[in-house]
Amino acid sequence: MKLLTHSIFLATTSLVSAAIAPEATISSGKQDPAGVEFFEKNIRPVLAQKCYGCHSAESGKQKGGLLLDTREGIRMGGDSGHAVVPGDAKESLLLDAIRYDDKETQMPPQKEGGKLPDAVIANFEQWIRMGAPDPREGTGAVKMTPIAKKDWDLKKAKEFWAFQEPKAVPAPEVKDKAWPRSDADKFILGALEAKGLKPVADADKSTLIRRVYFDLIGLPPRPDEVDAFLADASPTAFEKVVDRLLASLQFGERWGRHWLDVARYAESTGKERNFTFPSAWRYRDYVIAAFNADTPYDQFIKEQIAGDLLPYTNDDERNRQLIATGFLAMGPKGLNEKNKVQFTMDVVDEQIDVTSRAVLGITVACARCHDHKFDPIPQKEYYGLAGIFRSSETHFGTGGTNAKQNKNGTSLLALAVEPPPATEAPAATPAPVVAAPTPTAEERLKQFAASKPAIAAKLAAMTPEKRAQAVEKFLQKYGTSPESAPANGKAAFAANKKNNKGKGKNYTAPVAAIPGQELCMGVVEGRPTDTRVLIRGEIDQPTDMVPRGFVTVMTNGTTPSIAPTASGRKELADWLTTPTNPLIARVAVNRVWQHLFGQGIVPTADNFGATGEKPTNPALLDTLAVQFMKDGWSTKKLIRSLVLSHAYQLSTAHDSAANEIDPDNHLVWRASQRRLDAEAIRDAMLTSSGQLDAAPAKGSLVSTIGDGYIGKGIKPDVFSNYESNKRSVYLLVVRDFVPDMLEVFDFAEPSLVVASRDVTNVPSQALFMMNNEFVRAQSMAMAKRILATPLDYPARVSLAYQLALSRKPTDAERKRVDQYLLNEARALIPSKGGNKDEASALSWSTFCQALFACAEFRYIR
Amino acid sequence: MNSNQPYQCNNVMPLSLTRRDVLKSVSAGFGWLALQGLAARVEAATGASSLAIRAPHFAARAKRVIFLSMQGGPSHMDTFDYKPQLEIDNGKAGDKGKLFASPFKFSQHGQSGQWISEVFANVAEHADDICLLRGMTTDIPNHPQAYIQMHTGSTQFVRPSLGAWTLYGLGSENENLPGFITIAPPIQFGSQNYGSAFLPAVYQGTRIGAQREEGGSASISDIRNPELPSELPRKQIDLVQSMNRDLLGSGSNADVEGVIQSFELGFKMQTELPRVLDSGKESPETLKSYGIGEGRTDNFGKQCLMARRLSEAGVRFIEVCSGGWDHHNGLSTRLAASAAAIDKPIAGLLADLKQRGLLKDTLVIWGGEFGRTPGNGKPDGRGHNAKGYTMWMAGGGVRGGMSFGATDEHGGKAVEDVMHIHDLHATVLALMGLDHEKLTYRFAGRNFRLTDVYGKVAKPIFA
Repeated sequence: MKLLTHSIFLATTSLVSAAIAPEATISSGKQDPAGVEFFEKNIRPVLAQKCYGCHSAESGKQKGGLLLDTREGIRMGGDSGHAVVPGDAKESLLLDAIRYDDKETQMPPQKEGGKLPDAVIANFEQWIRMGAPDPREGTGAVKMTPIAKKDWDLKKAKEFWAFQEPKAVPAPEVKDKAWPRSDADKFILGALEAKGLKPVADADKSTLIRRVYFDLIGLPPRPDEVDAFLADASPTAFEKVVDRLLASLQFGERWGRHWLDVARYAESTGKERNFTFPSAWRYRDYVIAAFNADTPYDQFIKEQIAGDLLPYTNDDERNRQLIATGFLAMGPKGLNEKNKVQFTMDVVDEQIDVTSRAVLGITVACARCHDHKFDPIPQKEYYGLAGIFRSSETHFGTGGTNAKQNKNGTSLLALAVEPPPATEAPAATPAPVVAAPTPTAEERLKQFAASKPAIAAKLAAMTPEKRAQAVEKFLQKYGTSPESAPANGKAAFAANKKNNKGKGKNYTAPVAAIPGQELCMGVVEGRPTDTRVLIRGEIDQPTDMVPRGFVTVMTNGTTPSIAPTASGRKELADWLTTPTNPLIARVAVNRVWQHLFGQGIVPTADNFGATGEKPTNPALLDTLAVQFMKDGWSTKKLIRSLVLSHAYQLSTAHDSAANEIDPDNHLVWRASQRRLDAEAIRDAMLTSSGQLDAAPAKGSLVSTIGDGYIGKGIKPDVFSNYESNKRSVYLLVVRDFVPDMLEVFDFAEPSLVVASRDVTNVPSQALFMMNNEFVRAQSMAMAKRILATPLDYPARVSLAYQLALSRKPTDAERKRVDQYLLNEARALIPSKGGNKDEASALSWSTFCQALFACAEFRYIR
Repeated sequence: MNSNQPYQCNNVMPLSLTRRDVLKSVSAGFGWLALQGLAARVEAATGASSLAIRAPHFAARAKRVIFLSMQGGPSHMDTFDYKPQLEIDNGKAGDKGKLFASPFKFSQHGQSGQWISEVFANVAEHADDICLLRGMTTDIPNHPQAYIQMHTGSTQFVRPSLGAWTLYGLGSENENLPGFITIAPPIQFGSQNYGSAFLPAVYQGTRIGAQREEGGSASISDIRNPELPSELPRKQIDLVQSMNRDLLGSGSNADVEGVIQSFELGFKMQTELPRVLDSGKESPETLKSYGIGEGRTDNFGKQCLMARRLSEAGVRFIEVCSGGWDHHNGLSTRLAASAAAIDKPIAGLLADLKQRGLLKDTLVIWGGEFGRTPGNGKPDGRGHNAKGYTMWMAGGGVRGGMSFGATDEHGGKAVEDVMHIHDLHATVLALMGLDHEKLTYRFAGRNFRLTDVYGKVAKPIFA
């Protein structure tokens, strides 16, 4: 009998039973002969026949860490807790399992004949009430393969630079006292001077404003903004621009996207069965808002790891923090996994992976199967972390367990909607969060009618009988699953119409936002439990039980202790964000640096471990990290100070002496030329063409489509054939169906934690810029925009350059454009039926397209 | 693990790689293209043009490479490395757990009598053309690092890939197509596997499609602009290129050079690529021989046919990828399925190349980033093994019907004629007429080469 292995999300073993299970109760003592006889007659034969196959020394199997062939074994129980607690039927998990009380653990399994007859179950119950008399001797200790231990010399391991606490260092003395504007500048100049180098000249103002716009908000400046900056001769001209950009809402859309790369944000599960995540967009919006609000970075991390456990003062705050935990739920899921335990451990593994890599820049997940090969992370400590996540419930949706082809779906979390009364006292501790209740059919019909006054009125006037008939009709039309029905008539119909093309046989109608029942992905407390180390990561090879805990080598000072009743996520969040954590601030600062300077001070921004590269300027990195924490973990302050440094404002000029010594520009003797990322290229085209719809997207197409299996129920062309002029951060991110535009310019693979994207330079990008429909449409829109102005021809050419490249053309450029527009294009593009305007628009559009296509458009200089 | 679901190895370490774009301006302007308008200037400066055909260091046996890349680490003892002793010792304790005999039957094939597993029954018909490299080793039994090392020689640093080096060494035979094309690579390991690192961007592989969860796909979109009169695009590109040239300024700028080249090539590809990829005129027999039109072989068959057509068109280095070879469990069914999807297509490719007289100077390479253990305690699966595995070569001046190197009696470790991945690289270059010690590129003040300070050419396999 396979027992208690599948109970991951279930009610815990009570602490009481843990306390009353000392050696004494397990020893044989004096046993009542009648009781022993009862056991021999009614219990032992069943155990032997139905259970020993998977839970006995003889079979060599001990599934779920459970042995049932000795008294000690049956009372100690397995991974989930005590199988039998003498005299206490409630606490004996074995009874739950044989009663088939809970879905996850039903024993014996079907292949052993399924559920036992009621009389046999009653015998077990009686036997336990009798005190579970049991004459069987022998050890119940699960025979375990010892963990292969690598001997870590902790002291030595801690000598590695990344595991030491960052310490601020006084800035070095430099020879050229006039150059530095900040401490960061002194560190840079110091390093350059040590090599006999000096920085190149500064960038000109028009280059600088284009650079800072793209870096801070991911959009080019408007021509009038460039003009104003060029005209502003005051010493604070640049500072004013920077402050305005930092305060703009576009800032979060740019910097939030950097975090979404790291958080492997996506709107579907990916993998073999690609199901949609209709609520994922809430997390996207949360991230954007957090960067705009400059949420202290430590708080930002805490919210994503344990937002459900943080105090709040109103519903909005609670909702926000709950949505933040979507970070842990967003990962790719192998929904076709048949084994629930395997599925759970895979989810846990992914959570450990994303947490350690996103926050600490180090891979802990290697230790799932063995001690980490390169970094001092023992397998035991992996399972300490695994226990924390295993003690939590992950709600990622995918249509619940009702969906066909998906037995691993979960519910989502309900958000509160009603604003709290103004007089309500702030809640000190979070209220328990529950999964959204399933609405009854009648409730759903009411919601459906909410936006259709006529239907609502009719419904209200109906007799109960008639109403029942209406409900029946509604069910026939929209199915019985709450996820399958449109909740709001108007929204649903609109969405249906729009997406008719994508409808397939198993298409499920959309879930629209309903007042009173908004949902999000996220994580809440589950049943607190420690976890056994799994040899080679295999779920049927459990060995030592490991208390929930953290990674020793990254701990400076004490670790928070985890209460037996808590999962430990709150403590994990505290541990991660403590200022003595050697990695969190360094990793965060390094990423900001990378986005502003082209490469990190640690060039391997994804890997701060032994196989990564060492910092090129360690003192600078540490000083910035310490300052970042001192400044209240403010990302905006950090960005502001770096952008206002002299180093940021250098030109990209070439210097052969410096190039010889430092060709990678690690020391920042000049500004590194950087290619715009895919989003910025698209957004810049939309800006130049005047077609950008700058308002944030409300929800996502995926949220209007609802739950479904992409490729089976939902046709993938829904995702590729849709048009949007919103900023790219709001485009769909469906795993395996990333929009072409983003993919061709190296968008971050949404199944991976990506701190620095690839940059390729290949002919398919040229083909895209020359031929793609979107690019052509934007070129035409820009042409029409220019032709609609009352300007004369030379001014129009100027405007085109200003819109696309933030500068005016040179005389030589003008000549070439004249040659193209007035001679070549005019000769080759016939005016159809004498329609000169059309021909002119087409030739201008090919000119605008050339501006989009040229290298200057896509490189930040 | 009880489940027979594919187990995905999660020890996917982040690579210790800097991005290739950190390698910015290359002061040695060797890669300065043979483009109109620039050619004169470049040739005056360097005496060379980047994609022009260059003479090899010595007589070449192979002109081009088709690399059949098996991502995941295919098991050698279930495919090309027959281990009778493993059968005898099945269930006994091994270094990494209980030994696990191959569930597949091996038999001898061809006049050479090479032992090949039943899962490659079609490939086995070409046993006399195949040279099995049974003593392969690599450094790290971890997918991303090993996959990168197979392509670039380095696990740790950003280095140009093998395809980029061959293109750099020999130039391109078709100026209208990229000289290095990779079909449906596994995207999770990044573009570095077909990257040019510090070599000029023109040597970078061009990707067609990507390896996905449900197999690869291969297509290239946005190949033409239907709105414009046919002569206009050239004028438009000339305008773009003149803007780009302005940006080059006086110093060198590898990024901008890369953009210029990408437009030039992209423009030519517009007409050339659809022509080359159009398999409409292939005979039904040919299509059938690749398994095209049959469910499980259709996809890989199309990619193999594409590889033949590209090699015929003069592409220097073509890579075709098959994923999902990470058989930790369910090996008896899953490995058989993986092999079934590629067996016929590969056999078809070899036959087709031979019939067209292309095999003699086309080097076909098959293999993955590492092999697998003789057993690791799992009932029907194997772990990663960097210490011994098999790759094979065919055509391109390689002696067929032989095997070179050997693993121990169970297949755990290479013990005879051990061939490290550096040695493989040195050998591939040698077959193409390039001396791996002389094929260097100067960057950051020193000369780099594909094989770093290693590499031993396996001369015994030369025909």
